[in-house]
Amino acid sequence: MTIRDVVQLLDAEILCGADRLDTEIHTACGSDMMSDVLAYVKDQSVLLTGLLNPQVVRTAEMMDMLCIVFVRGKRPEQPVIDLAEEKGIVLLSTEKRLFVACGILYTNGLGG
Amino acid sequence: MEECIRLEYDVDGNNFSSAGNASESVKRTLKQLGVDAASVRRVAIAMYEGEINMVIHAHGGKAIAEIYPERIDIYLKDSGPGIADIDLAMKAGYSTATENIRSLGFGAGMGLPNMKKYSDDMQIDSTVGVGTTVFLRICF
Repeated sequence: MTIRDVVQLLDAEILCGADRLDTEIHTACGSDMMSDVLAYVKDQSVLLTGLLNPQVVRTAEMMDMLCIVFVRGKRPEQPVIDLAEEKGIVLLSTEKRLFVACGILYTNGLGG
Repeated sequence: MEECIRLEYDVDGNNFSSAGNASESVKRTLKQLGVDAASVRRVAIAMYEGEINMVIHAHGGKAIAEIYPERIDIYLKDSGPGIADIDLAMKAGYSTATENIRSLGFGAGMGLPNMKKYSDDMQIDSTVGVGTTVFLRICF
């Protein structure tokens, strides 16, 4: 699927990177623990999280991820959005909870 | 002596937001040098974990990267509290991080094991009350 499909499936708001919605993605992971993301994730292109600090963007950047989805209606502060824009990472925000958001993407074909 | 590109960074221990700047810069440099993507990612993750450790445990310090044609050597030097039991610190899941650090998404006790996993060689030299130097070597 593409990031645009994620936006539609999760009824998500686009915080930055609206010009990169046609990027293809195949896998995702969900975690509030960046340590675990760095330790266990392999080639995932989307990170779903409820954590809002700049290190979420840094972690995604180190892992070459393409998109971060903030769950539970959370929105990061503007400097975090600016950092993601600079790194070319798409930021989305959805009202859905982490488990539900992951479930929707998984049942629609996104792998783990 | 082999020629290398030497990069040196001050890691600010009082600014959690800027943690990762050095690793990001090294990652960008390696990409520009045409190092393969898998190696670049291993370097980025290992160094980033180390940089985060310096900020959350040791009030910052210095990060030095020496880039050779076939490898990178990274030295992470801090004047923090030191590591009393390195074997214990290397255990996956063991952490001395505070609740505050965990609330920021770190302190799962995966940092040092993860650095070892992604590097080809790792040495920790630490003295309690003096500081810690972590050496990482990653071959491309």
